Amino acid sequence: MATLSLHQITVPLRAFQLELSCEVSSTLALVGPSGAGKTTVLRAVAGLVRPTSGCIAVGDDVLFDHRRSVDLPPERRRVGLVFQEYALFPHMTVRQNVEYARKHAADEYLERFRISALASARPGELSGGERQRVALARALAREPEVLLLDEPLSALDAHTKTTVRAELHDLLAGLDIPVLLVTHDFEDAAALADEVSVIVDGSLRQSGTPSELVGRPADSFVASFTGANLLHGVAEPSRNGSTRVHLDDGTVVVTADSATGRVALAVYPWDITLADAPPHDSALNVIHAPIRSIAELGNRVRLSVGPVSAEITAESLARLGLETGQVVYATFKATGTRVVSDHG
Amino acid sequence: MRLTALALAYFAAALLALAFLLLPIVAIFAHTTPAHLVDQLSNPVVRDAFIVSLKTSVIAQLLIIVFGTPAAFLLASRRFPGHSFAVTLVELPLVLPPAVAGIGLLAAFGRMGLLGSTFDALGISLPFTQTAVTLAVTYVASPLYIRQAIAAFEATDPNLAAASRTLGASRARTFFRVILPLARGGLIAGLALSFARGLGEFGATIMFAGSLQKVTQTLPLAIYAEFDRNFDATLAMSGVLVLFSIVLLAGLHIGLTWQRSASTRSPSLFGLSSSS
Repeated sequence: MATLSLHQITVPLRAFQLELSCEVSSTLALVGPSGAGKTTVLRAVAGLVRPTSGCIAVGDDVLFDHRRSVDLPPERRRVGLVFQEYALFPHMTVRQNVEYARKHAADEYLERFRISALASARPGELSGGERQRVALARALAREPEVLLLDEPLSALDAHTKTTVRAELHDLLAGLDIPVLLVTHDFEDAAALADEVSVIVDGSLRQSGTPSELVGRPADSFVASFTGANLLHGVAEPSRNGSTRVHLDDGTVVVTADSATGRVALAVYPWDITLADAPPHDSALNVIHAPIRSIAELGNRVRLSVGPVSAEITAESLARLGLETGQVVYATFKATGTRVVSDHG
Repeated sequence: MRLTALALAYFAAALLALAFLLLPIVAIFAHTTPAHLVDQLSNPVVRDAFIVSLKTSVIAQLLIIVFGTPAAFLLASRRFPGHSFAVTLVELPLVLPPAVAGIGLLAAFGRMGLLGSTFDALGISLPFTQTAVTLAVTYVASPLYIRQAIAAFEATDPNLAAASRTLGASRARTFFRVILPLARGGLIAGLALSFARGLGEFGATIMFAGSLQKVTQTLPLAIYAEFDRNFDATLAMSGVLVLFSIVLLAGLHIGLTWQRSASTRSPSLFGLSSSS
């Protein structure tokens, strides 16, 4: 499989400059908050935005090279781009949309994406999931050498999203071209991509596999972006080798990482245990506070307790019979916390 | 009871307004018998004016489409220094009194005009020819098409054009296969407005082209010339123009409906949003 490489590309944006180098050999997700310049990266690869420097290549095919004045127009790059809102041509049928990419390819791709029955429908008559399949079929019908996906799941409602995410994962796994996708949702990125790069204000903060990012977030932004609770406070080493962090609200939390001075402590919601009685176990950190809110996320439930939110299964919630306002014990291990530099 | 009285007042006002708008149209057809009106269509003055109007209008609209469409696309899709000045310039003939437009055309293309000597050297004399009628119609009617076309092109989603390019289509193919079909409704609406304005053109034409039967005398000019000589002929010509207006009005509405269904953004008719 060829590799998509972006070498020191720069694109001036309104408030900052996008500066990026990356290599995509299987599936890379660029994640970051809205307005971080993620979509611009895709547009630069597709040839819709011209970087002011750098070079973009797929294998040996140079798509853009500022120094050698190479800048292929979009139609001469074999790049499949699936737009955020899919950008299907509203005046054409599903079949015509796919045939626009390549003549006589419609039957094959309509069948592959299970949309043969919709061949003569107009995009306006389709559901979000169907539109996405048409957009993917159209992009792949051109037989691109790289596939770009812009927020592939954001146009879908929460209910369809889970199904489509699983379908998309299988599809991407079966492709033998590099896939670069952007999303503002770390969970989506982790579900779809082998590697994740966090991009903020136009520059790369951290790259790695999803579990690497969760296990060792580079800073407080990456930590909170990957879903961690961030506890801010002042750290001081204790005699027994662990570190005590005095949180701003007065609570003292123990961590196994060593640090001094102002820090942020990352604790993932799924590392927090809830109990309705004082627990007797190895966990050093206990927060005794009322439940502020309970939100269901599919079969999981997120509860906000004091300064943290905890994630438990719906099954556990039912077993404990927890309700909003009830005072509970939220516990987490010192080894389940990460000290991160605090500049988020 | 008061609510009913109010509703009745609204109803009466609406009825009065509609009756006022419709009455002159009805009067044109009610003044004499329809057979008499049809008879008048074979009157040479009427026939000649009809042919002059049709010929000059069709050529003018073709000129407007051929030159106005690329101009509108450029103004809609590119931002350059002087862009808003250019857009304002396009609107100028819209607010200019037609008689002034006619004098302007005469001062530009007339024998003593700005370009008069150039045209003279080439052996071309424009004033008081059918070409002058066409130019006058083009001048006053084009802003209606171009304005509407700019709005139609601006309402097409730029991501669709971008998608077309990434699917391997050149700029030209993208324009003809994606942008033009999506803007089609707005362009038709603009053309209907421009056609209607051109057919009714009077002031600029009479200044720049005069009113010579068979050469420059269009239907509105013939109506003016005939109205103290043969009132029935003016009624017949007015009737013809009313029928044209109805067809153009239908064209305008079909265009706006298409535009609405083709675009996710709201198209506008001179700032009057036609979307609900």
